[in-house]
Amino acid sequence: MRRRTLLVAGASGVGALAFTLGLGWWQSRDSLQPGSALLPLPIGKMSFTLTNHHGVTVTPSEWIGRPTMVFFGFTWCPDVCPTTLSDISLWLQDLGPDADLMNIFLVSVDPERDTPQVLADYLSNFDPRITGLTGSLAEIKRAAEEFRATFEKVPREDDYTMDHTAGVFLFRADGRFGGIIDYHEDRHVALLKIQRLLKAAS
Amino acid sequence: MKYLLTALLLSLSATPLLACETVQLGSLEISEAWSRASIGMARPGAFYVTIRNTGATDDALAGIATPVSGKPMLHETVVKDGVASMPHAPAIPVPADSTVQLEPGGYHGMLMGLTQVLKEGETFPVTLTFREAGDVTVPVAIRGMGAKDAGCVDKKD
Ligand SMILES: [Cu+2]
Repeated sequence: MRRRTLLVAGASGVGALAFTLGLGWWQSRDSLQPGSALLPLPIGKMSFTLTNHHGVTVTPSEWIGRPTMVFFGFTWCPDVCPTTLSDISLWLQDLGPDADLMNIFLVSVDPERDTPQVLADYLSNFDPRITGLTGSLAEIKRAAEEFRATFEKVPREDDYTMDHTAGVFLFRADGRFGGIIDYHEDRHVALLKIQRLLKAAS
Repeated sequence: MKYLLTALLLSLSATPLLACETVQLGSLEISEAWSRASIGMARPGAFYVTIRNTGATDDALAGIATPVSGKPMLHETVVKDGVASMPHAPAIPVPADSTVQLEPGGYHGMLMGLTQVLKEGETFPVTLTFREAGDVTVPVAIRGMGAKDAGCVDKKD
């Protein structure tokens, strides 16, 4: 009898915890802490508006129906961003035409310098299936919050650089979060993660 | 995909062999010095190289100089909690009997204030200053923007 009470108490405790987490999730949309372990929102719940490198307005609701790959970066970035872009270009090369079914975006965290035209020039050096997105700082901040990504302007003597989340975010065709490819992730593991999304979508 | 292959073939054939040769400085062997092509001169470039210390004395890369950059610096890319940053590295240790790589996602030379456009297939000199071994100048191969390594055909282990 006593044991049963404990079990019930335990179960309701779990319920309360789940409720608290759920509430935390909801509230966190407006009060995200850097380094938060929370998962990105499903694409269907994202609310930002950005401009792609062709100058066309983009909202995430248009991405539903295809698997999506998103990463944050900037074109003044000399090391991490060209490396990630060439990693993605190599994955796409390996995946072949299967990857034509994906949405693939670089979201600039440096809208001051990365205009649509600047993004277009820069991305012409990589796989043409990668689309650059930029916009107002407020909308990029909103996007980062919804992805649970962070970025920060770091002043240098003459100019500045940006610290930013380095992983590649994956989403299923229905918009649910589908995992992250970490920076330095093994190429085979990265491919497996993407192929899983593509299989689920076909 | 075709453009990638074409770019690869072009860069392989256009990169002077010299850039892939190993330069000796005492017991240090410096090889695979490379950089990426730049769009204009506004953005910083990155410099990568492999340094092998075959000797019994620890050394350290204390600085770099090059005519293509008004302010070259040593940096280290650090990814912490998924966030990438690029702190200044005062020096890069090159311990005895070991190989150190300046490579994408790790240590790199940051070439700020470019004085010329870095064109794929060309080379430029970088002078490395070591605490113990002194100075040495190596030719740096400029590779395509999507390159991930020096692209030397005969890679040293
Ligand atoms: Cu740097």
